[in-house]
Amino acid sequence: MMDDDDPMIEIRASFFVECEELLEALQDGLQIMDDGQSDDETINVVFRAVHSIKGGAGAFGLEALVRFAHQFESVLDGVRSGNITVDRSAISVFFQSGDILADLVRAARDDTPQDETSTQAVLASLETILGHSAADEPEEVIDDFQPMSLVLDLGLDDAGPVDADPADVTVTPVFEDGYTIHFVPDSSLYVSGNEPLHLLRLLREMGDIQVMCDTSSIPTLADIDEEKSYLSWTIHLTTDEEEDAVREVFDFVADLCSLTITSPQAGSDDTPPPTPERPPLDDTSPTEPPLSTVDNQTTTGATAAETASEQLTVTPVATLPSAPANQDPPTPTKPATAKPRPTVRVDLERIDRLVNLVGELVINQAMISQSVAEADLLANTAVAEGLDEFMQLTRDIQDSVMMIRAQPVKSLFQRMSRIIRESSSMIGKTVRLKTIGDETEVDKTVIERLADPLTHMIRNAVDHGVETPADRLAAGKSEEGIVTLSAGHRSGRVIIEVSDDGAGINRPRVLQIALEKGLVQEGAQLSDAEIDNLLFMPGFSTASEVSDLSGRGVGMDVVKSAILALGGRVTIQSEPGSGTTFTISLPLTLAVLDGMVIDVAQQTLVVPLNTITETLTLTENDIRALGPETSVIKVRNTFVPLLDLGAELGYRTPMDSYIGAIVLLIAQEDGTHAALVVDAIQDQRQVVIKGLQDTFGSVPGVAAATILGDGKIALILDPVDVIAHADGRTRCARANLQLAG
Amino acid sequence: MTDTQDKALTAEIELLTFQVGKQEYAIDIMSVREIRGWSKATPLPHAPAFVRGVINLRGTVLTIVDLAERLGMGRTEASERNVIIVVHTGKETVGLLVDAVSDILAINKSDLQTPPEMSADNNQTFVSALMIADERMIRILALAAALPAESMEVA
Repeated sequence: MMDDDDPMIEIRASFFVECEELLEALQDGLQIMDDGQSDDETINVVFRAVHSIKGGAGAFGLEALVRFAHQFESVLDGVRSGNITVDRSAISVFFQSGDILADLVRAARDDTPQDETSTQAVLASLETILGHSAADEPEEVIDDFQPMSLVLDLGLDDAGPVDADPADVTVTPVFEDGYTIHFVPDSSLYVSGNEPLHLLRLLREMGDIQVMCDTSSIPTLADIDEEKSYLSWTIHLTTDEEEDAVREVFDFVADLCSLTITSPQAGSDDTPPPTPERPPLDDTSPTEPPLSTVDNQTTTGATAAETASEQLTVTPVATLPSAPANQDPPTPTKPATAKPRPTVRVDLERIDRLVNLVGELVINQAMISQSVAEADLLANTAVAEGLDEFMQLTRDIQDSVMMIRAQPVKSLFQRMSRIIRESSSMIGKTVRLKTIGDETEVDKTVIERLADPLTHMIRNAVDHGVETPADRLAAGKSEEGIVTLSAGHRSGRVIIEVSDDGAGINRPRVLQIALEKGLVQEGAQLSDAEIDNLLFMPGFSTASEVSDLSGRGVGMDVVKSAILALGGRVTIQSEPGSGTTFTISLPLTLAVLDGMVIDVAQQTLVVPLNTITETLTLTENDIRALGPETSVIKVRNTFVPLLDLGAELGYRTPMDSYIGAIVLLIAQEDGTHAALVVDAIQDQRQVVIKGLQDTFGSVPGVAAATILGDGKIALILDPVDVIAHADGRTRCARANLQLAG
Repeated sequence: MTDTQDKALTAEIELLTFQVGKQEYAIDIMSVREIRGWSKATPLPHAPAFVRGVINLRGTVLTIVDLAERLGMGRTEASERNVIIVVHTGKETVGLLVDAVSDILAINKSDLQTPPEMSADNNQTFVSALMIADERMIRILALAAALPAESMEVA
């Protein structure tokens, strides 16, 4: 690849990826400010995000971005220092600035021109805000960025480069804030398989961390007992987290170590370090030498800190994971600007390859299971046991791989908040987005393909759902409309709801329009739910005047088909006067599916489990003739059409009698049911979805295919589609019997 | 367009010849991915008669076309002696169910003859060229026309 020659391209790319994360943090912060719950830290986070983008942009010479970010930063700095008071209008300018910043970042990344006028407009608004305040000169140095000063107390008068034995070196930090943690693991901690490195890594995720390892207790090589614990750590952590959260890191090892956590307030005092929570010595190792030494260590450490604060010498710090007591010449440490989240960025293609391979593995495992079952081996043979473990592993791997693809819906929701802002200002409504559960994780492909339908639904909610401010006031509501976007997991599916607190669906008007457009017959009696579902009819648009925003003729039907394509369903609930809720229900992943494996006419098929409401065995009493060729069955007090799956799929002609037949009761979107006759139910299991589209195009009634344990392909049905295409013949023999295969 | 035509007049091409019913057909060997034995296909509902169904080709779903049925010679009674030629065109990979694979021939482009136009035969559109080998007539299969995607669009 030619890109390999230029490392800058890669660095640049990672800068833009970082920018996306920073923009997300910025949005989050602004949202908190908008909710009126901001504190100093929120503003710091917002400031830091803009500052980091500016810094990076400067390094790559992205001037337009730097200029804008600088202005934005100046205003935010004013907010930080308290010179600028934040009101509603300021927040709204901040949001716009965030959007422009995002645009500029993307424009710089894709090398596309940015709309100058909107940038200038927002710049001007920022200028106005800045002008309002008698701005003091902005602080150049940010407290949070200040390097920590540390002292290396050598116990010697000589302050030159250290060449003493590491054991004599006491590294003592001077801390102004943050937690000081003394962590002395007992040997039992190692016995139970815990690992201090992991704990330290967890701490590192919480904020800036400096770790000093005390190796002074290590005896000479000859005296070392490899089962004993000789190391202890002093950790300084600068974080926003509560002490409880810090303590939680050590939750699992609380009984296996001696732990002292000094909170920021206590740390700045001159008080001696608190005594450990529990006696440092473990019963099982009463004579363990390192612990007492360490106690000394902490005490001397604290006293040294007092003297050190006068000296204020910058000295090396042993940082993770380097060796204790760094011997290099002193270098000032520079704490990272943002909380480090250890992540790896991977090409989606590679993940997809992995997903496919895992799919193969699942199938392969099913095949082996089947052959072992056929070999009639005893259950306790090594093969059978190994196979059990193999199955367990396969499932774990599959789950983990699916987790890699899963992403929080947050980024998607943030895009929606921008759409709300833009669309509501375009039509002069004030609308606010409330998001719930934006940490819910959904398959990446689903998120990508959900963006368009969701955008449409949000626009609809703003345009048609929420009333004009005047109407809202008249209805006794607050002027500001609220659109709520929520996500959550419910019974193995992802549920996304878009709801507004508007006037609800105007059913008489919907019906009238449907009549005008010939979508329903004159005089037809429709239930409320049926009227609501008219919105999903192709070509339906209720806005009497087509606005800029929505109602371009492509309406909810497009939304619905996009969601159906994802294996999802969408439903409406509407309450006149109090709003409308659209509920999207999606499968967790597009790669596996819980299915019921059934037999029909010597064919094995898979029916998605979520479409089946119940299974029944028919008795003579259940079946009623409807027309000359059709039947219904009585399920409790409703009549449900009876469909022979084998006949509907063209595998066989209708049978003579369906008494004793097994039927699957399938729920359709509109709440009605249909009964599908099958020959036998084999099993319920997870199956790996294999698309048919690549090879054959879509087949009516068939959603996809999967590979069974015997290596044969089984079709995965789309029962709702089968029912839609069904002719319903269950009584008269058909002329053409054609059985393929 | 078949690959044979794409290569224009550049000297030699290699053809894989095979039996469909009593007739001998050939396709450009470059479009052949593999040749495998018959395994029972899972039928697809409402599919045209010449689509025998789908099989598992190492984890991918492969559509099987009964070439004899497709060419109007009636349904192949598939047995273990039958062969599936897995072919790949620009868009798709499909298995062709044939009676037997015969030979690989290296021929010159100039040996190919344009088939005469005789509209009575419906399988004529599937033959892009004719050639003679050892006094036998070999039909060069117009692969794209014989594949289901093409025919589904027409249908």
